[in-house]
Amino acid sequence: MKIHKYDTVIVGAGGAGMRAAIEATKRSRTAVLTKLYPTRSHTGAAQGGMAAALANVEEDNWEWHTFDTVKGGDYLVDQDAAEILAKEAIDAVLDLEKMGLPFNRTPNGTIDQRRFGGHSRNHGEAPVRRSCYAADRTGHMILQTLYQNCVKEGVEFFNEFYVLDQLIVEVDGVKHSAGVVAYELATGEIHIFQAKAVIYASGGTGKFFKVTSNAHTLTGDGQAACYRRGLPLEDMEFFQFHPTGIWRMGILLTEGARGEGGILRNKDGERFMEKYAPVMKDLASRDVVSRSIYTEIREGRGCGPEGDHVYLDLTHLPPEQLDAKLPDITEFARTYLGIEPYTDPIPIQPTAHYAMGGIPTNVEGEVLSDNTTVVPGLYAAGEVACVSVHGANRLGTNSLLDINVFGKRSGIAAAEYSAKADFVELPEAPESLVIAQIEKLRNSTGSERVADLRRELQETMDANVMVFRTEQTIKTAVEKIAELRERYENVSIQDKGKRFNTDLLEAIELGNLLELAEVMAVSALARKESRGGHYREDYPNRDDVNFMRHTMAYREVGEDGSETVRLDYKPVVQTRYQPMERKY
Amino acid sequence: MATPVLDKVEAESAASPYITVTMRIRRFNPEISDASVWEDFQIEIDPKERVLDALHKIKWDVDGTLTFRRSCAHGICGSDAMRINGKNRLACKTLIKDINPEKPITVEAIKGLTVLKDLVVDMEPFFQAYRDVMPFLVTKGNEPTRERLQTAEDRERFDDTTKCILCAACTSSCPVFWNDGQYFGPAAIVNAHRFIFDSRDEAGEQRLEILNDKDGVWRCRTTFNCTDACPRGIEVTKAIQEVKRALITRRF
Repeated sequence: MKIHKYDTVIVGAGGAGMRAAIEATKRSRTAVLTKLYPTRSHTGAAQGGMAAALANVEEDNWEWHTFDTVKGGDYLVDQDAAEILAKEAIDAVLDLEKMGLPFNRTPNGTIDQRRFGGHSRNHGEAPVRRSCYAADRTGHMILQTLYQNCVKEGVEFFNEFYVLDQLIVEVDGVKHSAGVVAYELATGEIHIFQAKAVIYASGGTGKFFKVTSNAHTLTGDGQAACYRRGLPLEDMEFFQFHPTGIWRMGILLTEGARGEGGILRNKDGERFMEKYAPVMKDLASRDVVSRSIYTEIREGRGCGPEGDHVYLDLTHLPPEQLDAKLPDITEFARTYLGIEPYTDPIPIQPTAHYAMGGIPTNVEGEVLSDNTTVVPGLYAAGEVACVSVHGANRLGTNSLLDINVFGKRSGIAAAEYSAKADFVELPEAPESLVIAQIEKLRNSTGSERVADLRRELQETMDANVMVFRTEQTIKTAVEKIAELRERYENVSIQDKGKRFNTDLLEAIELGNLLELAEVMAVSALARKESRGGHYREDYPNRDDVNFMRHTMAYREVGEDGSETVRLDYKPVVQTRYQPMERKY
Repeated sequence: MATPVLDKVEAESAASPYITVTMRIRRFNPEISDASVWEDFQIEIDPKERVLDALHKIKWDVDGTLTFRRSCAHGICGSDAMRINGKNRLACKTLIKDINPEKPITVEAIKGLTVLKDLVVDMEPFFQAYRDVMPFLVTKGNEPTRERLQTAEDRERFDDTTKCILCAACTSSCPVFWNDGQYFGPAAIVNAHRFIFDSRDEAGEQRLEILNDKDGVWRCRTTFNCTDACPRGIEVTKAIQEVKRALITRRF
C-alpha cells in the first residue's frame, strides 16, 4: 500500500475532469486519477456540438438559451444554475477555441453554428443555430484539446488507477472529505490519496442498460463511491434515451443529423414528428422524440419484419453535406450496418444515453450531504454530478457545455479551497473497505458469473424502466434488482492474479451498477407523475403540486445489515420562469 | 425513399445467423510464465458482430482471465488496437465476416511496445513520443477577446490529422518503429502535423526542429503500413511527407 498527498485530487479524465485539472494544476498540487487513459474517455464519443449563444450566424442571446434549458428540463432545472450555464457558455466556447479547438468556421472565419433539438429563438418561436461544432466530432475535439492543454500545463496523471472508495471523516459533526482509495490496475496495488479537495468527474451510469450509447466503462463508479459513504444521489430516476441509436447496437447517431435536415420516418415513409411537435418537428427535445418513436412502433408503424425500429432518413441531403458535416456517423452506418446513407435510410431506435441525476452539488461544484449542507473538500462536475442544469431532460449540446462550465468552476473552487484548508486526518485503516471488497471477490468460490448477472440486469432495465414506465414494470425491476443483488453476494471471478485483473474490475463495476440501478428504480417508483425523461403511463401528466421537487436518495443500513433506499426531496430553484405546459 | 438494401439486411437477420469461428489468441501472463502461447477458442457468433464481441464472449462465458483494453466499442476511444490476422485493427471496428471466419482468426498484441498481459501493452513510450512534439496550440501576443478567425480553407488544411484517436495502430505497424523504439513514429508526427499546418499556431519552426532530429521524420521509409492501419482513415504517410517537405522548404 502506498500513501500519496496532494492538495487536489481529480477522479476521472474526461471533459469535466481535464477542464478542472487545467484550472486546479495552475493553482494547487494536483493529481488526476483515471480508470482509463484520458483520451479513452467517453467525452470523445459526443458528436453534435456545444451550445452557446454566440450569435455568429443569427440573432441569439443567453437568456433564450436559459429558457430553452429550463423548458427542456421540464421545469425541474434549478434556474440559477441554468442561467450560469447559458451565460458562461460563451466564454467556455471561446476558451476552447483559444486552447486550439478546431471548430468548423463560417465564411467570415468565426465559429460556425447549427441547429439542435430544443434550442429555439425567442422562447420557442423557431429553431435557432446555437450549437458550435466540429463536424460530428465535437466531443473528440474537446477531449483532444483538453488533453493537449493538460500536456501543456504539465498535469500529473495516474492512468489506470481505479477509485473504489471515498474517505469521509466527521470533524465537529460535519462530514469532510479526507481523500480517496484507488486500485492500480497494472499491479493490483492499493493507493491512498490524502487530499484537501477531491473532485469527482467520473461520468455516467449508462451500462446498466442493454441498448446504450455508453462505453463499457461507464459504470457509475463515482456515484457509487459517494453513495456507499452515506451521501445522497439526486434525481436518479431521470435518464435520457437518445432518439437515434443504431438499431439493436445503440451506437449514437447525432441529433446534428436532424439539425442538418435529417428526417425520422415510419414504415409508411411518413414524417411522423409533424404530428407530435408541429413547430420543432424532428428537433423537439429528446424525451419527446423518443416517446414519439416508441408510440409509432407500438401502434404498428415501426419498420422491419418485427416492426421494432424507425428510419433516420438522410437521403435527400447532398452527399457533400454528409461528408463535410456528418462524416463519422455515416461511416458508422456503413461499417456496422452495411448501409449507404447517401441512398438508404438508417434503422434507428432510442438508446440509453445520459444520466440527468447524480451527486448533488451547488453551482460551485461543492457536493451536498443533504438539501443544504456542503461537504467541505468534496466536489463533482459533469455527468457524475447533478447541479441541476438538466432537470428532467437534458438538451442536446448542453452536456459538452456542462462539463466545460462546471468542470472549470469546480477546478477553481477546489484549488482555492485547498489553498486555505488543512489536510483532514485519514481515518484508521483507510484501505479496509476496499481490501475487504477485493479479497471477497478474489476468494469467492460462488457459482454466479458476472456476465450472467450483468446481462439479466441490462435486460430487466431495458424492459421495465426505459422510455415507458408503469408501477408494475418498475416494481418488476425493483424485485429483479434485489434478486440480482442477492446473487451478487455469490459471484466469483476466474482471474485471481494481481496484474491487469480486468475480471476483478468488471465484478466491482457490476456491484456499482446494481446498487445504482436500485436507486434509480426506487426513485422512479415513488415519482407518480410524468416529467421529461421519466414517463409513467399510469400517471401521464406532470404534477407540479406534488412533484415539483428533486428526489434525494440515501442508503440506509438497518441493524441487521440490510440495505434500503430512503427517499427525501429538495425544492427546485425557480427564478424567472414559471412552469408552463411544454409544447414543441 | 429507397429501402432495398434494408430489406436485404433484415431478411438475412431472420435466419439463424450464428457460425462457429476459431479465435486464436496469443496469451501472455508473466505471473504464470515468461513465455507467450497461442490458445484457440471456438465460439458461436453472428458474422456481423465485431472481433471485440468475440473477445467478450470468450472473457464473459469461457475464460475470465483473457485481458484486453476496450471502452467505447465503436472506434472512437482508441483502446482496442490489436493485431488481427497480422494486421493492426481496432477490434471494435473489425467485423468477423470481413476477415475470413472460415480460418482461425489470429489476435495478438500490437508490436513494438512491451506486452504486459495478453493483448495489453505498455502505452507509455507511445504517449511520451506524442508529448515530445508539443501537441498543443502555441500563440504569441495578447489573446483576442473573441475567437481567433480562421478561414474554412485554413481549417480544412489540417482536418485529416485532427481525426487521430491515439490508438497506436499506425506507430505499432511501422517496421522502423519495431526496429528502433526511439523513432517518434507516425502518430506523433501526425499530431505535430495537426499543429504545424494550423494557421493559428506559431510554433511550427520549433516542432519542425524536433522532428528534424535523427529519430524524427527522416526515419520514415514510406512503407504505407501506417496509412493501411489507421482506423480513422487518416492519410498518415501523406502527412509525414508534408512534414518532410515543410522541413526542406520551411513553408507551411
